[in-house]
Parts: sequence; C-alpha cells; structure tokens
Amino acid sequence: MPWWFWLLVAFVVVASYVGATSNRLDRLHARLDAAQAALDAQLVRRSAVTLEIAASGLLDPATSVLLASAAHEARASSGDGREMGESELTGALRAAFTDPDVAATLAADPSGIELLHELDAAVTKVPLARRFYNDAVRATLAVRRHRVVRWLRLAGRVPPPRFFEMDDEPAAGVSVK
Amino acid sequence: MKVGLVCPYTWDVPGGVQAHVHDLATALIALGHDVSVITPADDDAPLPPYVVSAGRAVPVPYNGSVARLAFGVLSLGRVRRWLREGSFDVVHVHEPAAPSLSLLATWAADVPIIATFHTSVSRSRAMAAAYSILQTALEKISGRIAVSEAARRTLVEHLGGDAVLIPNGVQVSNFATARPLPDWPGDGGAIGFLGRIDEPRKGFPLLLEAFQLMAEQRPGLRLLVAGPGDADDVHKLLPAELRSRVRVLGLVSDAEKARMLRSVDLFVAPNTGGESFGIVLLEAMAAQTPVLASDLDAFRVVLDDGEAGALFATGDAVALAEAAGALLDDRDRRARLAASGARRALDYDWSTVARDIIRVYETVAHSSVRAATLPYQGR
Repeated sequence: MPWWFWLLVAFVVVASYVGATSNRLDRLHARLDAAQAALDAQLVRRSAVTLEIAASGLLDPATSVLLASAAHEARASSGDGREMGESELTGALRAAFTDPDVAATLAADPSGIELLHELDAAVTKVPLARRFYNDAVRATLAVRRHRVVRWLRLAGRVPPPRFFEMDDEPAAGVSVK
Repeated sequence: MKVGLVCPYTWDVPGGVQAHVHDLATALIALGHDVSVITPADDDAPLPPYVVSAGRAVPVPYNGSVARLAFGVLSLGRVRRWLREGSFDVVHVHEPAAPSLSLLATWAADVPIIATFHTSVSRSRAMAAAYSILQTALEKISGRIAVSEAARRTLVEHLGGDAVLIPNGVQVSNFATARPLPDWPGDGGAIGFLGRIDEPRKGFPLLLEAFQLMAEQRPGLRLLVAGPGDADDVHKLLPAELRSRVRVLGLVSDAEKARMLRSVDLFVAPNTGGESFGIVLLEAMAAQTPVLASDLDAFRVVLDDGEAGALFATGDAVALAEAAGALLDDRDRRARLAASGARRALDYDWSTVARDIIRVYETVAHSSVRAATLPYQGR
C-alpha cells in the first residue's frame, strides 16, 4: 500500500471521530436548552401562582404582603441575582406555610384549593427541573473538557453552561393529598 | 399524556423491575394516561393489552449471574417500530445500564427520555467496563429517577450525575382487603415473618431465638413464615415441642402474601443489615398489621421514627422478645400502630408514587415543547 493510502485511512478515522463527538456535543447542547427552558418555566410558574395566592384576599394581609414581595423579587431577579431571589421565595413560602392554618384556609375555598394544588405542583417541580438542568450541565461540561473538543473548538463560541444553585426544599405545609 | 414504558427483563419471569413496570402502567392507566409497554416475552406468554412483545429474551451471563436479556438487530428493529407507532410524549426506560431493551430504546428514541435506576450494588464490573459506551447513550436521558438512596448512590458512583428519589409504590388496596387464612390469627397470638429463611441478613435465626424465649410463657403463641425455604429446614432449628407452632408457607404468590400479612397480630422484620428500603414493612402496614422492626436507618425512615411501627435494637434477640411480648399484651397499642401504619403506607401508594412520576414527565415533556417553539436564544 502506498503511504498516501494510510494517510487517507487515518484522516477518515479522525474525521469520523470528530464528527461523532461534534454530534454528541450538539445533542447535549439541545438537551441543555430544553432543561434550561423547563427550569425557567417552573420558576416563573411558581412565582406567578404565589403572586396569585397573595392577591386572592384569602390570606391575612401580612402573609399576603410577604408572599407578594418575595414572588415579585424572584420574578424580577435576573443573571447572578436570580439564584438568590428564587431561594428567598423558597424561604418565604416555607415561612408562610409553617402554620398549617394557611394551607387549611386556602383549601377551604373553591378557588383557593385550585391555587394550592398549583403551588404544590410548582414547588415540587422546581427541584426536579433544577436537578435535571444541573445534570445536563455536568454532562455537557464533561464532553467540553475532552481534548478534541477544546483543540478544534467544537463548542464554538457558546459560553460554558453554569450550574444553577438555589434553596429549593419545598414547604412541607403546601403538600396536598 | 402518551407514555412508552420499557422493561428490560422478560415479562413472565417474576422480578422487582417487572413488578414495578406493571404497577406503574396500571396506575398511569387508572389516571387516564395512554400507556404502552415494550418488553421481552416468550411467544406464548399471555400479555395484558397494553404490552407489546419485543420477542424472546436470551439467557446470557451478565454481571455475575445469568440474566434473560433482549439485544441485537432484531430487538432494535422492534423497538424502533414501537417508538414510531407509539409517537410518545415521553419514553420511560427502566434500568438503562443493562444491555437490553432499555438501552436500545435510549439509543433510538428522539423524544424526551426518563430513566429509572433500580439496582444498588457496591461495585459493578459490568458497569465499569462499559462506562464509556454507556455514557454516550445515557447522555440522552433528560431526567433520572432512583428508587432508593442506595440506587442513587450506585448511579452517582458508577455513572456520575444525579437523580431524583422516588421510592417504589405499594398497591395498598390489595393488602387492605385481603382475607386472613382460615384459623389465623387465633387466640394465643400470632407473629408473622416474610423473607428468605436461609439469608442471615434477613434475621430469621434471630426471630426463632426470640420465639423460643417467648414460647414458654405463651403456650398459644404461633409463628407464620412465608418466603423461599423449606419447612423441614426451619423445623430442624427448633426443639420438637415447638415445631407444631411454626407454620411455613414457603414461596407465596402476591395474593397469598397479602392474606398472610392479614393473618397475624404482629409482623416482625428482624433484618440485621443491607436493607435499602423495606418494601415488606410497607406491605404489612398496608395490610393494617402492626409492625415491629429492627432500628436500621432505612426502617426508621419508613416507620417515621417509631410513630408508624415499633423498633427494637438491631440484632438483639432479647430486646426483640421483650418488645414483641409487650405489643402482644397491649391490644390498644397494636390498634394505634396499625392505624398510623396504614396512614403512612398511603404515602407510598402507587397512586401517590405515580403522581410524582407524572410530575417528572411533565417537567421534561413540557421542556421539549418549549424548546421547540421558542426562538433560539444564546446562553
């Protein structure tokens, strides 16, 4: 075999490896996009339903104001402040629902029980979405660290994804059977 | 929601994963979802209407034992066709690290994938060897579920990443309505045990020791034992005068198990270690039978720190005999434990567990819809 044949073989092997890796990275970036959209949607949903509960007039004014301002802060926060803003909403919900009367008051009202169900779903889905998002970040970062990916700049100009860290321990009192 | 479930092991062979998939499918259908299950099955095996066969599984050595798995081009083709015809909103694979249908479905699916990890092993040679091959397929999974803390730890150690914890469910109504066996529990008191007789970690020898301590003062006390094992082997361990007071049922069906749990005054779980969850306790609690268990961490969690069942010092036969004796003498306390246990079991009812799993589906199914309709945004 002439020398150029072996060169060709080597080229094909390298090219298909690079192609497969690039494919894999694309797929991970798509999964990351979806996971990020899901996390964003669950967080927005949580602050929206909290705001609606605060505005419903079913709870006492102090609790309503506490929840409304925390929900507003969470929704208005962005960038680096978002983790903090969303964690504070978690804390406010936990504080408000420590008293079992709060959930009981909502449950006694036909529109309140609907809101309570929605809040229950939202506070349990936020930790799910966040865990799935962070898992996607970890998997993406692992592939982006490969030498081939770094040398050939397969990730393009997409900045490396960041983990989303927040307190998302759901308020126990919200849980409805 | 259109859900596709993938079971990697032969449907007609009893096993934990198969039972889980069956119960989950039933619960999802009861909640109004559109469910299809694909699984290996023998050609003539009777299958429920929602189950699609992917053909026969082949017995092969895998991970230290012989497992019946489905793999190869034929299986992949069937999985592909099932995915195409089902057009699912979400595909939920079970045990995707095993070289069977779940891995093939993960490979072939282009809809959001949820995976449940069941196994907990301290070291898996198979997983370690296949790590890099698995990694590419497992990267496609959008949400991972582990059925126990031990299963979650196995996943984190072997494959990296994380999972949400959603425990196994119990079909509470099946246990709550079962009829006790004829002539049980009787007037002299009856204690129940369920599990492998020949596995020391299940604590059966400990229970026999405690039973002998109690038997002298309680001439009517009887012991009902269910689980793989031979009656003669049990009787060999006992003095002749006690043999008639220990009844061994051997391996029982699910229906017989429910009846057995309803037939005793007290269910004892004397395990000495290695339990990751304690589904047996929940089954006894669902049967409204008071539970006495060793104070292992996993049991402590299920029994709500002694609120939903009594605890004794692990491995201590004297403590077991004393605690069991006190409970047998106190009808009111037994009734209270049975009631709080039954309430606790409802937290693990399949309807509750299925609701948690649906929330996981909604989290990922929703996200792909969003991602498809939103214009691309740079991160």
